Amino acid sequence: MKLIKQSGIILFLIGLGIFIATVFLGSFNLKQEQLDSFLKEKNYKSTIIAGELQKAIVTNDALNIFEFSSRVRQAYATSNAHYDNLIKKYDTEKNWDKKGEQFQYKISGKLHSISFSLAKTSGKGLAVNNTWLMWFLTFGLAIIGALMYIIPDVILLGKPGIKNNGIFLNAATNRGWIGWFAFIFLVTFYILLYFYPDYIVNWVYLVDPISKSISGNPASQWFLYGFLYCIVMTVMAVRMYIKYRHNKYQILRTTSVLFFQIVFAFLIPEILVRFEKPWYDFKNAFPLDYDFFFKWNLQELLDSGAFGLFILVWGIILTIVVVPVMVYFFGKRWYCSWVCGCGGLAETLGDPYRQLSSKTLLSWRLERIIIHSVLVFVLVMTGFALYTFFSGKGEILGIQTQTIQDIYGFLIGAIFAGVIGTGFYPIFGNRVWCRFGCPLAAYLGFVQRFKSRFRITTNGGQCISCGNCSTYCEQGIDVRAYAQKGENIIRSSCVGCGVCSAVCPRGVLKLENGPEEGRINPTDVLLGNDVDLMNLVNKK
Amino acid sequence: MEHIAIIGNGISGVTAARHIRKLSDKRITIISAETDYFFSRTALMYVYMGHMKFEHTQPYENWFWKKNRIELKKGIVKQVDTESKALHFNEGDKLKYDKLIIATGSKPNKFGWPGQDLKGVMGMYHKQDLENLEKYAPNNKVCKRAVIVGGGLIGIEMAEMLHSRHIPVTFLVRENSFWNGVLPEGESNMINKEILSAGIDLRLSTNLKEIVSDENGQVKSVIIQETGEEITCNVVGLTAGVSPNIDFLKDSKIELGRGVKVNRFLETNIPDIYAIGDCAEQYKGIDQRRPIEAVWYTGRMMGETLAQTICGNRIKYKPGHWFNSAKFIDIEYQTYGWVWAQPKENEARFYWEHESGKKCIHINYDKDSREFIGINNFGIRMRHEFFDKVLNEKQSVDYVLEHLADANFDPEFYKLHEKEIVTKFNLENNSNIKLKKKSWKRIFSKA
Repeated sequence: MKLIKQSGIILFLIGLGIFIATVFLGSFNLKQEQLDSFLKEKNYKSTIIAGELQKAIVTNDALNIFEFSSRVRQAYATSNAHYDNLIKKYDTEKNWDKKGEQFQYKISGKLHSISFSLAKTSGKGLAVNNTWLMWFLTFGLAIIGALMYIIPDVILLGKPGIKNNGIFLNAATNRGWIGWFAFIFLVTFYILLYFYPDYIVNWVYLVDPISKSISGNPASQWFLYGFLYCIVMTVMAVRMYIKYRHNKYQILRTTSVLFFQIVFAFLIPEILVRFEKPWYDFKNAFPLDYDFFFKWNLQELLDSGAFGLFILVWGIILTIVVVPVMVYFFGKRWYCSWVCGCGGLAETLGDPYRQLSSKTLLSWRLERIIIHSVLVFVLVMTGFALYTFFSGKGEILGIQTQTIQDIYGFLIGAIFAGVIGTGFYPIFGNRVWCRFGCPLAAYLGFVQRFKSRFRITTNGGQCISCGNCSTYCEQGIDVRAYAQKGENIIRSSCVGCGVCSAVCPRGVLKLENGPEEGRINPTDVLLGNDVDLMNLVNKK
Repeated sequence: MEHIAIIGNGISGVTAARHIRKLSDKRITIISAETDYFFSRTALMYVYMGHMKFEHTQPYENWFWKKNRIELKKGIVKQVDTESKALHFNEGDKLKYDKLIIATGSKPNKFGWPGQDLKGVMGMYHKQDLENLEKYAPNNKVCKRAVIVGGGLIGIEMAEMLHSRHIPVTFLVRENSFWNGVLPEGESNMINKEILSAGIDLRLSTNLKEIVSDENGQVKSVIIQETGEEITCNVVGLTAGVSPNIDFLKDSKIELGRGVKVNRFLETNIPDIYAIGDCAEQYKGIDQRRPIEAVWYTGRMMGETLAQTICGNRIKYKPGHWFNSAKFIDIEYQTYGWVWAQPKENEARFYWEHESGKKCIHINYDKDSREFIGINNFGIRMRHEFFDKVLNEKQSVDYVLEHLADANFDPEFYKLHEKEIVTKFNLENNSNIKLKKKSWKRIFSKA
């Protein structure tokens, strides 16, 4: 068994190694007609970009992706610099008309994304020509290896039950060197994904056939991400099934998040695209889905006929009716740990790291400030977006809607939700985004805290203050602080993962939905205690 | 300002301090030689097993004490001078008090076995024991086998600890079935099986004769009383119960029995000196409780009670209905009310065990009045509030079975066995109890 496990980790590492090496493989260069069709599509006004790009990448040289990217960006820089110089020149000549004319020739946009789309049409080499072989050597080996590493736990972990042995003695799960490597890998991955997609174009090639079979289109980096997300969640869900095989709540919850990720976040949107409908994830509620009310999205939905309208109405109902009503009956867990994709990744890939969340009072304070600031931010931004949509004006009080949207997309959408939210799993625990950043979680939290039937019931006086519940709370709630006083746990941040209840050695905690009355502090008597005494203790 | 000195920073002393602070402005000093800050003793096992770090066992952050003006002093009290109201420390200094609370807890029992003080022999009670275990049994290369002596709660925990690091464990239990002084036969048997199936070498009806030293004064082996068998080992865990940790009071004027003698107000024979927690001994056990109760929650309750008395509201210590819980490797255990190992004359019993051999319940009730007396539940969680109410209201066994669905506290979606249990009861007792559906209204209604 141990041997299988060890071979598994080796296979996994080989797969991962080849995956990383794939970045450096292959060569890129364009034929003239490829460039022509690209330029035709882009319809740049610049008169020199065509020549610059031709010089740069229409070549017989086998460029690697970094050279290719750098040449593409250089070509755009040259073109833009040319017009910048003209602008400066006309400026000194005070030739305002001429100066004004030049701006139209400048090309904006993310250069790495442009470079990505060029590279995506012009790659050669193993990833492009032997896609399935390379797929097997990367994804395939990593999946097989990971499963070989995970499945022997059925026997190695011992009988079903809580087996957290050695978690704080392990370099992977206690911020040891493995944890730091995982951290660096994840952060790098997200930075590449969001900001340097051209560098990982070979990875995207690997999933092209899969994308084509689902949506009919070649893959983008977002398809790669979605696919990887599903694979990682599936493999790590197997781990959850084994680890919590005695706990039906965990089994069902894991199945649910897996289902919603694969079907709702991955398959349905891609299939919609196949039928020329807008890409839409039906479970992704605003304000987590922060660009739902952006002008371009509303426009696209309105242009998509009845189906687009349906999405628009559903998206609004989801946020203002479905979400709060469900939270009233079941707590925010129905979304955060049964449906949500971010939650899904946190509960599968992130589960080994849940014990790393900070439980200090200070982090609770920070949490409340930060998450509610993000909520305010997203609401203000949406206000701007709606104003812009209805009035057609691009700015209010001199502030550009587009600027706010760009800042949010960069700071919150990419850096916070992605790079920090997932990249920091091995250091700050698996719910960094959900706890500190997610505006939807903040909204659900208000409902859960003030109007819900959900609570974690504390079982009378059975708590022995051992601290397992607090340690394994991914949201950093000091569960013990409530349990040892006999108080129910009603916290806006609780995502109802149920692990505090699972790890409790004395059967103290139970997630349940019941009448609102008496939900908070139903036990004015800490059970087992003398009633008269407790009356005194509770007297203020 | 009145100065309250508390010896011991465990759950009893700390609870007393917290509540005195809530009720008053008195100066409070907590004295401990064991650790700087309060921690949960029951969680020490999880630190060795790697479930937690030591800091996780501390229920309050380190700033808590200063913020609440609770002074912490590290030191060992050598002597209590009740005349001049002063504590004398091993380190030579002294501390004056106006009121003194003794909350020094327990220490592991040693029964004078030859070799009981060798290196590698330890209890599992203090933080120092944990450090010792980490030193002598860091892994199964250094510690090739460990022997545990004494079949109680700490014994099985220590076996589980060592087992978690793949160290082979031999578990010597004096009784012919695990913890059968407390557990009835069925439950005790179930735990025997659980221990064996975890791969622990359980030896029932087996006594320790002596612990053998190697040339360095370290454990080399133990010898079994009954068979003379010698078992080679590197660590010996002595877990044959605990007794009050009160040696430092031997020369004081405070009345001692096995523990510090206290009345129902937790007062000792000397005015302004009190004792709470594991080290306090009632003159007579309250209800059917023992005079000394080494239980987490009784320590907490005594601390709360005494805080009232000290702050001018003198009240009796009145623990409610007995309850307790533990975990035996993978099997959780809870009990509410009394289920004695042997039924008393007026008692009837009902026992149900799940086919997996990992779950059971055992109900004790009065033969004639059918009043519910207590329940043991293994592998099934039950609602404390439910049974507290049942016991207050003196409900019958039939009521309990009818409302088992209200009583269940297992996580959602767990397989429930109530139907099976009630069917078995009806069959055995020729009764016709019908299980009621779970009712939130009943569950949350106040008694």
